Amino acid sequence: MKKTLLAVLVALVPLCAETIVIQNATVMTVGSKGTFKGSVVVKDGKIAELGEKVMVPAGATVIDAGGQYLIPGIIDCHSHIAGDGGINEGSVSVSSMVNIKDIINPDDIAIYRALAGGVTTANILHGSANSIGGQTLPLKMRWGKSAEELIFVGATPGIKFALGENPKRAGNPVGGRGAATPVAARYPATRMGVEDVIREAFNDAHTYKAEWDAYDAKVAHGEHPIAPRVDLKLQALKEVLENKRYVHVHCYRADEILMMIRAAEDSGFKVRVFQHVLEGYKVAKEIAAHGAGASTFSDWWAYKIEAIDAIPFNATLMMKKGIVVSLNSDDAELMRHLNTEAGKAIKYGGATETEALAMVTLNPAKQLGIDKTVGSIEVGKDADMVLYDSFPLSDFAKVEKVLIDGTVYFDRDKELVAQTAKEAEKKRLLEKEKAAQQKSTPARRPNQ
Amino acid sequence: MKILGLLIASAVAAFAAGEITFIQNADVYPISSAPIKGVSLLIQDGKILDMGTKLVAPKGAMVLDVKGLRVYPGMIDSATDLGLEEIESIRESIDTQEIGDFMPQLKALSAVNPDSEHFGVVRVNGITGAVTFPSMGGGRGGGGAQLISGQAALIHTDGWTWEEMEINRGVAMCLNFPSAAGRGRGGAGGMPADVQDMLGAPGAAGGNAQRAILDQIAKLNGFFDDARKYQKAKAAHLPDFHTDLKFEAMIPVLEGKMPLTISAPRASTIHDAIAWADKQNVKIVFLQPREITKAGPELKAKNIPIILGRTLALPENEDAEYDQAFTQPLEAYKAGVKFALGTFTTEFVRDLPYQAATAVAYGLPHDEAMKAITINPAEIWGAGDKLGSVEKGKYADLLITDGDPMDVRTQIRHLFIKGKEVTLSNKQIRLFERYSGRQ
Repeated sequence: MKKTLLAVLVALVPLCAETIVIQNATVMTVGSKGTFKGSVVVKDGKIAELGEKVMVPAGATVIDAGGQYLIPGIIDCHSHIAGDGGINEGSVSVSSMVNIKDIINPDDIAIYRALAGGVTTANILHGSANSIGGQTLPLKMRWGKSAEELIFVGATPGIKFALGENPKRAGNPVGGRGAATPVAARYPATRMGVEDVIREAFNDAHTYKAEWDAYDAKVAHGEHPIAPRVDLKLQALKEVLENKRYVHVHCYRADEILMMIRAAEDSGFKVRVFQHVLEGYKVAKEIAAHGAGASTFSDWWAYKIEAIDAIPFNATLMMKKGIVVSLNSDDAELMRHLNTEAGKAIKYGGATETEALAMVTLNPAKQLGIDKTVGSIEVGKDADMVLYDSFPLSDFAKVEKVLIDGTVYFDRDKELVAQTAKEAEKKRLLEKEKAAQQKSTPARRPNQ
Repeated sequence: MKILGLLIASAVAAFAAGEITFIQNADVYPISSAPIKGVSLLIQDGKILDMGTKLVAPKGAMVLDVKGLRVYPGMIDSATDLGLEEIESIRESIDTQEIGDFMPQLKALSAVNPDSEHFGVVRVNGITGAVTFPSMGGGRGGGGAQLISGQAALIHTDGWTWEEMEINRGVAMCLNFPSAAGRGRGGAGGMPADVQDMLGAPGAAGGNAQRAILDQIAKLNGFFDDARKYQKAKAAHLPDFHTDLKFEAMIPVLEGKMPLTISAPRASTIHDAIAWADKQNVKIVFLQPREITKAGPELKAKNIPIILGRTLALPENEDAEYDQAFTQPLEAYKAGVKFALGTFTTEFVRDLPYQAATAVAYGLPHDEAMKAITINPAEIWGAGDKLGSVEKGKYADLLITDGDPMDVRTQIRHLFIKGKEVTLSNKQIRLFERYSGRQ
């Protein structure tokens, strides 16, 4: 039994980064080399070379990917996995002091499942209960590593804002959806209030920033002033004003998207990414002019009233109006097949294969400001790649291997072997527990 | 969008009664047999009147040349809320899950809103038929479930009224078989079945739960006994006989004419439900059964069909295989169990072909996946002579496509429901067109 267990463990521990050559694949680079049939060389966790024919370095592991497709690792711009408990600090209207970074749970099985669906990076967002929510960050799906080791080094952190029904609901004086008893009202309860909360917060943030700017100027002049009090809530918003923290805005309706654009412009910051943005197609011109990205669902709709005008053409329509568009999951299940969500951009609105694939690779990388290191298969970028057994934008495809930083983190062949071993191990543990329970059942004393 | 204009024109033309449509030069994928090239189809009065390679268009027929395109039977989703649910979060827009433990007299059909935007949305993706349920398992949000929630209807996804949409208003009686495992929609999770089996042994909590299940089953048996008494009293024309709508609705079930759909997530519940159905001498269809490998032999031996839930669903619990839901159709196929696919929603009905394709990615033969969304549901729901394949005498529910319907890149070029060419438009396409034009 010990041997089996060891085998399982060995199978599940990713191989260390080594020199790997993936040969004979159809490589969809989403980069300057387009799509070609050939090889990719991975060295020291980076993409070292790509081309129709490459020299196989001595000692390299060769993966023959004949008939298979290699794409850049999928990047999910909107996810809530890998959190240890709640990700929605909804007790206050502005919760910019809390940080997802503090609650990363590297053991969340959703990480492994996402990985098995080709996701290599996910933007882990705070929930949408408040107008201004908590701080966020992208993680790499390095299953088996510690919380700290999951963090995408060098990525600009973010903050979640939310408009519409969700932040309103918490403020609803008769209680939220499905609430049996009224809950205490929390401002705001309307879209008007949501706008006010955001504007008030940045009004305060400007005052706070001015205090600190004055202090920093004095320090720069060699003075020794007393530092202003650090306000963790306003500190995050100050970072937004300094363009050191990206704003991800959960939104649905066109009116609230436009409101957010104007409120941001008046407050002196830029929305980095409109999230969900199901009616983005109605105000694509304004989003493009503001310079924000849009991260949407492919075809989710009708699950609530603000999702009633959602159209599956949203992604392609916004793309054609000049917006950088990504398709996200917001869901641990959908996250496992973002490749086919991208495929829907071909069906609905006629995106090209590369445009569609970019919506789950290069475009989310751009939105998260990490496109210098990930998002496409190009020399020098992180070797985050997914190997599919067939054309990856169709549901007929399945993930065979996933590499992050040149390390194979998911291998279907090994997974299948591990499944059998895990099943046996589980059975053994259950039997053991059963036996223990039977033993611990107190025997009846005679004559009682 | 030129095509759209033409379609509107042709759809209007097709309204004339008795009109003949002649589809020529088609590559037909009948499902019931191998694909045939260069086929013509003669359509009249909603049915495929004739098909063959040597047919000639009758005089006055509307001729549609589809050279290079494929003809498939319309797809059927075996478990939906279509027409009964508009917006998931708005109670007022939902008509599933009535109050009451035993409500066999309720019919989903007459609550189907033919103008639901969902019909337009699912139609353009080739879903021409659906079973719509009065409820499919657990109460919304895990609330209290009914034991018998009413009659599911098999419908076309197009029609001016629910009467015109009807294929069978009483296609199944919906039963939530009492079980310990959480009922409800796919992927909800809960305690692993094997752990539950283990805990099912002694212990106060387990004992109470077990007692509650037995109480529910006793209640169910009591209802069936009463229904049988009623059936006998009616047949005997007893003088004090009064019509009872609940028991009246149960007669087709007792006569074996209407199957019961049973939501039973675990192999042990499937086993219990089969034993119960045997005793009651009723026909059953399982909804969203799990642990197919375990339950397979018995399902096959008893010839009981199953409706599998979404293949795009999370594993049941933390330690289940990541591909558990992806491989379920393959397991059913290997076990020789007859199965069809359902999306168990309104929102994801249009993705039915892609759910089927996922099963193909994980080993199910391509043809079997196609069958699971065409001929298998037709047969399971007792409409094998009317739907599910491109054959003479069947409804002309047809897709005309430029490729495999399960491939997301494929576009549907024409769509026929009951012989009528349906406009390939809906609210979403109209919004797309309108806002594409915004300068």
